[in-house]
Amino acid sequence: MNAIWVGVGNYVDLVSDDAFRTSVLNNCIWLVFYLATVPIGLLVALLLNQFTPEMKVVKPLFLMPFVLAQALVGLIFVWVLEPKFGPMATVWGVFSREAPSVLADPTTATFGVISAGLWTQIAYCTLIYQAGITTLSKTQIEAARLDNAKGITMLRHIIIPQLRTATFVAVILSVIGALRSFDLVAVMTNGGPFGSTRILSFYMFETALSEYGVRKGYGASIAAVLFLSILVVTTPMLRRIFIDDRAAR
Amino acid sequence: MYPRPIQHWSRVSRVLYRTLIPLALCLWLIPIASLFLVSIRPLGDVFQGNALGWPSEFTLGANFRFIMVETSILSYFWNTVRITIPTIVITVTLSCAAAYVLSAYRSRLGTILFLVFVAGNFVPFQILLIPVATIAAKTGLYNTATGLVLFHSAFQTGFCIFFLRNFIRDLPDELIEAARIEGASEYQIFWYIVLPLIRPAIAAMSVLVFTLVWNDYFWATALTNGDTVLPIAPGIQTLNNAFVSRYNLTSAASLVAAIPPIVLFFLLQKQFESGLSYGASRHD
Repeated sequence: MNAIWVGVGNYVDLVSDDAFRTSVLNNCIWLVFYLATVPIGLLVALLLNQFTPEMKVVKPLFLMPFVLAQALVGLIFVWVLEPKFGPMATVWGVFSREAPSVLADPTTATFGVISAGLWTQIAYCTLIYQAGITTLSKTQIEAARLDNAKGITMLRHIIIPQLRTATFVAVILSVIGALRSFDLVAVMTNGGPFGSTRILSFYMFETALSEYGVRKGYGASIAAVLFLSILVVTTPMLRRIFIDDRAAR
Repeated sequence: MYPRPIQHWSRVSRVLYRTLIPLALCLWLIPIASLFLVSIRPLGDVFQGNALGWPSEFTLGANFRFIMVETSILSYFWNTVRITIPTIVITVTLSCAAAYVLSAYRSRLGTILFLVFVAGNFVPFQILLIPVATIAAKTGLYNTATGLVLFHSAFQTGFCIFFLRNFIRDLPDELIEAARIEGASEYQIFWYIVLPLIRPAIAAMSVLVFTLVWNDYFWATALTNGDTVLPIAPGIQTLNNAFVSRYNLTSAASLVAAIPPIVLFFLLQKQFESGLSYGASRHD
């Protein structure tokens, strides 16, 4: 097959492609939810920042979802959300109701898939903050305490500023996580029902490599859009690494 | 310490904290617990709506025997091992060597090379899908373990160089200078001084690479076809499709895939935490 020069043809097609629009919209929904995991991660990390004997077990168990394969987490949540026999059905059964089929309903399916993603993403953000918390300055906290700072005031003026790096990393990783997620969609819904859970990375795969299509050029144009969106987010991070690197010399 | 240590809390809040946290943890672990709970019971229980309660019969052994004997899960498992282990070996070897050179000899070219490695990390690998699939098809690496090992190594090495170089850079210069004055060759310095000192970093990095490669679904889906080299993450998905709604079997298979990373995580928690917090700049 010979390649034909189509100029910006692929990109023109993208603009009027409903599936592409759905993917972008879904990626935005993913983004909002994933960004919410940053404050949640901070909260959990602070909550778990105690030295009791049981913490030695609680902390790793809490962080464990992070090491599970996304594909596996997807399967687990397919089971958890299963409306007839799954745990969801059991819980709704207690109230003698029928559980909704979250993943089969186009209006809720994306949220079902995202819920699986949040499970690992919250663990991830917690882990990042946990590492950050170990670097908090004890003297600063003690000094602030002498000045009667506590609770929210302490958190806002003393703790959060010191955790700037962790926050930065957590935000960037959450944004990227939301943009790149592929496994969960592929495993849980395969883009359906009726294409309602497509996101950019999945749609790219679908158009370029799946059984439905071999439009590699079109897939590549989706990849380019994905790349540009991620570039916007990672550029400040890259800059920072370079600056740190120069400063360290 | 923030929040205030619970030893200084009031009695009531202390008791509340120590009961509510384990409770919250139980809720948090419902997904994985329900996976385990369904893997120990016969299918009949599942269809009678008894997915979480006391099973009518414990069939963990039978479920596992079934997936071991009747499915290709062992071959998926073996495929994952023969993809993951060589990837770790190649990645660690290449990145140790490169990281040492990049931090010991500081030159303009070195900086540029380093920046290329770092920048490469910020390319989400997924966007490389089409070129990688094309290369794999043209070089005959499609659907081979070698292909997956090579592509995984290529993707991981850049990050590992970044990770290790910063580590080596933070070693005291005097150490390497002193060894040079003593007449140690570059190779000896690398082998006897640098490597032993960066061993913790290598361990942290290896567990990270292990988890990422072991759990890979995307590349395995893109670069394989059929069962011959299929690793376990897409493998359990294949089994899931074949089992239709035999959830007890799917769950047992999922557990087989989950056990190695979980065991490693509990054994090497420290390495995981330092690797992840240090390597938090990565994302693929």
